[in-house]
Amino acid sequence: MSGKKTNKTKIRNALIVIGVIAVAVFIAYLLLFMPMNSMPSWMENLRTAFFGSAFYLDFENNFITDKRYMYIVKGLGVTFEVTFFAVLLGIVLGVIVALVRSSYDTLKEELKGGFGKAILFFFYKLCGVYLTVIRGTPVVVQLMIIYFVIFASSNNKILVAVLAFGINSGAYVAEIIRGGIMSVDKGQFEAGRSLGFGYVRTMAFIIIPQAFKTVLPALANEFIVLIKETSVSGYVGLQELTKGGDIIRSRTYSAFMPLIAVAVIYLVIVMFFSWLVSLLERRLKNSER
Amino acid sequence: MSADNNVIISVTDLKKHYNDGEVKALDGVTTDIKKGEVVVVIGPSGSGKSTFLRSLNLLERPTSGTITFEGTDITSPSTDINKLRQDMGMVFQHFNLFPHLTILRNMTIAPMKLHGLSKEEAEKKAMELLERVGLKDRASAYPSQLSGGQKQRIAIVRALAMDPQVMLFDEPTSALDPEMVGEVLDVMKVLAKAGMTMVCVTHEMGFAREVATRVIFMDCGRIIEENTPEGIFDHPQNERLQSFLKKVL
Repeated sequence: MSGKKTNKTKIRNALIVIGVIAVAVFIAYLLLFMPMNSMPSWMENLRTAFFGSAFYLDFENNFITDKRYMYIVKGLGVTFEVTFFAVLLGIVLGVIVALVRSSYDTLKEELKGGFGKAILFFFYKLCGVYLTVIRGTPVVVQLMIIYFVIFASSNNKILVAVLAFGINSGAYVAEIIRGGIMSVDKGQFEAGRSLGFGYVRTMAFIIIPQAFKTVLPALANEFIVLIKETSVSGYVGLQELTKGGDIIRSRTYSAFMPLIAVAVIYLVIVMFFSWLVSLLERRLKNSER
Repeated sequence: MSADNNVIISVTDLKKHYNDGEVKALDGVTTDIKKGEVVVVIGPSGSGKSTFLRSLNLLERPTSGTITFEGTDITSPSTDINKLRQDMGMVFQHFNLFPHLTILRNMTIAPMKLHGLSKEEAEKKAMELLERVGLKDRASAYPSQLSGGQKQRIAIVRALAMDPQVMLFDEPTSALDPEMVGEVLDVMKVLAKAGMTMVCVTHEMGFAREVATRVIFMDCGRIIEENTPEGIFDHPQNERLQSFLKKVL
């Protein structure tokens, strides 16, 4: 491992990045906006060549004409919207399901029969069915069932997508969190209980904070998967990022530009979030070692 | 229960069976623990001594039998076990400190959340306890930065921070490097001298002889013999105790 970066190298790296961006902006400015008459001839030639090139013409056709870039911009907005609310729904569902399943496992000894145990058992089984069904069928099929069957009378595509991806993600999040809870040493639970904490408070103060740290990479991965998964929303006609790129393709009959643009945008988003998660992970690690 | 109101824990015919009675971890244990007693439980592994100790605060649910603590039957389903556990401190073989919390927070979390102490009160008390075990300077450290002996001393004062009536020790020195056993036993000795009621499962026969007011020898889930340390170690009656002592002494 490289160890801790010193402040000096951090500042140096930042300066390099800023420098590269400044040079790029300057060149772009020269090429695009500098008045013709004040331009040296080699630059003028370069500029004419650029704007006349097949690359630029293809670019213009796909993104500039008829403001087609708006398909990408609006689609990106929809993708973010769907992902954000689906993640929230997925985490809420996942935590609830994980708690129901792991508390039944630990409490079935303690609760000797009675009404409480029956209710817990019912929800335990219900959660089991939920996990089996959701993880056993493709998300596209779930999306279409929710849109065409359950919400057949409504046309709120964003709501449908949020529900479909949230419910789907919840099943995976539940198993991730349950794994995290089980990975915490049993002695931690006993220590909490022996001090006098009840089940809920032991979970909240002692088990969950430790479990969170172990599941963070897996949760982040689930989030990244979810962003990319929303690209199948086109099946119900929701115009998110992928569908936006595809609409451009169908208008211009040119596949390369819009699809590569869409791919690059996903890639940048995913790389950005991976970087954020690595920062968070490092912070959590520091607090312990 | 007993007419003797010095009795703090009373155990009657305690049984713990696994696999529908196939395995009998506890097979009818009956004993009384009085205030201020230091009871040391010894016995071969698998004799049920840890199960017995863990039953006292219901970390293990007994199959049958009763345990009363300060006159309350804690095995009855209507008892608030969380309330009772606050009065029974427990120290584990593997320390079980909370790795995500600092030493100070390890010690203040329970008094603050359960006894409603303010942060200042809880920290003041924790610092006093840390001073007693000589670890005041480690208050802001995390458990992973401590040695085994230090961890166990923290585990003891963490339990003491709740002002328990009884302290339960489950093989507190078994997971320690040999040179760290002494520092933990010293803390326990001081605690015993101060009059704390203690039940301790251990393999430290020296500690048992020196500190215990009563030694219980268990085998096959039963109490085979109980006596003063002198009685147990110098004049063992039962054959199994004699052979056990021959092996460990």
